[in-house]
Amino acid sequence: MRNRTVLLDHVSIRFGDFTAVDNANLKIDSGEFFSFLGPSGCGKTTLLRCISGFSDPTEGKVLIGGKDMKGVGPNKRPTALIFQHLALFPLMSVAENIAFPLEVRGASKKDRRKRADELLDMIALPGIGDKKVSELSGGQKQRVAIARALAVEPDILLLDEPLSALDLKLRQHMRAELRAIQQRVGVTFIYITHDQGEALTMSDRVAVMNSGVIEQVGAPNVIYNAPRTAFVASFVGENNAISGKVAGQTEGMVTLNTPVGPVSGRAAGGRKYKPGEQCSLFIRPEQLTLTGEAGPNTISATLRSQAFEGASTHLLADCAGTRLRLSQINTGAAAAPLAPGAALTLAFAPEHATVLPAGPMASE
Amino acid sequence: MGNFRTAFNSFAGRHGMGVALFVAIAVAAWVILLIVLPQLSMLDYSFRHNLPASQIGGPDDTYTLENYRYFMFGNDDGLNTLDIGILLRTLIAAVFVTILDVMICYPIAFILAHSASGVSARLMVIGLIIPFWVNEILRAFAFRVLFGATGLINSVGLGMGLWDAPVDFIRADVALYSGLAYAYILLMIFPIYNAVEALDRAQIEAARDMGAPWWRVHWRIVLPIAKPGIASGATMVFMLTSGALAAPQILGGPSSLWFTQVIYQWFNQSSNWQRGSAYAVILLLVCIAFVTLMMRVFKVSVGEIGK
Repeated sequence: MRNRTVLLDHVSIRFGDFTAVDNANLKIDSGEFFSFLGPSGCGKTTLLRCISGFSDPTEGKVLIGGKDMKGVGPNKRPTALIFQHLALFPLMSVAENIAFPLEVRGASKKDRRKRADELLDMIALPGIGDKKVSELSGGQKQRVAIARALAVEPDILLLDEPLSALDLKLRQHMRAELRAIQQRVGVTFIYITHDQGEALTMSDRVAVMNSGVIEQVGAPNVIYNAPRTAFVASFVGENNAISGKVAGQTEGMVTLNTPVGPVSGRAAGGRKYKPGEQCSLFIRPEQLTLTGEAGPNTISATLRSQAFEGASTHLLADCAGTRLRLSQINTGAAAAPLAPGAALTLAFAPEHATVLPAGPMASE
Repeated sequence: MGNFRTAFNSFAGRHGMGVALFVAIAVAAWVILLIVLPQLSMLDYSFRHNLPASQIGGPDDTYTLENYRYFMFGNDDGLNTLDIGILLRTLIAAVFVTILDVMICYPIAFILAHSASGVSARLMVIGLIIPFWVNEILRAFAFRVLFGATGLINSVGLGMGLWDAPVDFIRADVALYSGLAYAYILLMIFPIYNAVEALDRAQIEAARDMGAPWWRVHWRIVLPIAKPGIASGATMVFMLTSGALAAPQILGGPSSLWFTQVIYQWFNQSSNWQRGSAYAVILLLVCIAFVTLMMRVFKVSVGEIGK
């Protein structure tokens, strides 16, 4: 495998006064499945178009395999882009679609057909070469688009929310499919999505973006367990946020004074906090437990509603205006359901909670 | 008939019986009174002798193929090369004008659908439509002035030293082709625009990402999508051009006669409506046959044109 590291070196992209991407610095290794995760409008598609060559960065450089890509057109880069709506050509057959990049390069009709059939085998759809694109199902179109992108063996495949048009069931199936194809061909996948489930299940590493800024880059479990900003903590997975001011710090533990009482959690990344600094403590719903007695790190709350979801039960509670969600694993014992308005005491271990400086959070 | 009934019933179900009846009667009146009956009477005329008024309905008023025979063989029994030649030249000229319009209008329609946006697109459309407020006769005479021996084009060309003596654009039929091509560009632009607008821009970018040069993008992706629109526009432009009268009358050179002018002569100068009808029917049938043949060659179905 050639060295096809993608390097973003202080990349900023501006449209007039609007900054779509602000100073992105990133290295994506050859053969990696890398995702950009963020809400719509966060700049991830802009960044992808910049890597693919459809636009140039306003500042900074995009390097692929150590080579500056400035002025190199999309067709001259070792990348292939899969568009959000796939952009299959409706008036060509499946085989013609897949072999179009080869047709452009002047390959003979016979070679084109042979390669198309090979690729159809690779995506496990043999024998559909003569069908029309309109005769395919959503998942099949998806795979045909991947085959077409792989026809000329790019080193890097860029995917712009390719699953967003599919229904939920198919989307989940295609995640496994995409991951399998990526491991089979060994090509770098750079994947854009606003769906954290997709990013977390498929990727080797994830970059979380918000308002043009890359907030955190890391493996999915790191992003989930050790968020570095309030945005990442609130965007990736369910999280409860309790805002307050720093009361004190000992070792890696910070205590906050909050409307729900004093609570403690880990200081993210070993950061030092000043007393009185505005912070938020994040605790996952599955780390909150119901306890009988009040003590340190407990919250007295009122139950608002609960929903039984089979494997777990979700509770929504309220304390001094702060909404708290709990997720409890159902053990099989038929516990008497609690009535809304019941008084609850919630507890959590400080090492499961993360304290982060106050910042913008993901809207629900 | 069954199809009409189902269509009528579903329309009545949706909009009420009153509206459905009105639409049905209006459409039927339009089709029968304004299209079918006049054409049938022309057809009937074309098979009759040109008789003085007193003999009409008399024993001599029989059906005959004489008018059609005359088109083929004239007075003596040799081939009527004059009229057949004019018909062929008219068709070839109409094809030429149609091709010219496709070449002019395809880029305009594509730019309108995919490059122009907001204000510039609206300005383009207005710029295309407003000049057609000027009526056909005035436009034709304006072209005559424009292309005349002392016209704007000749003065500019002579002034810039591009040519030495005034070029007779009228005799060379340049004025005629320009006038006809311009007269029907809207009928070409809008069907192509309609067809091309449906194209997802990402398809062009995808093709570009795969390294396709612009001509291949158009040949393989845009043109196939534009094809029904081109077919629809080309049919209209061809039919209207071959049936045009004013522009050939005003802009045509002294030596070139349009087939419609021959028809006009039979009706007006020769007062032979029967022969004029036969010639008109011949023009219609030949045009329909030609269009059908072309649709076969380019693999376009009538249904696609209706889209």
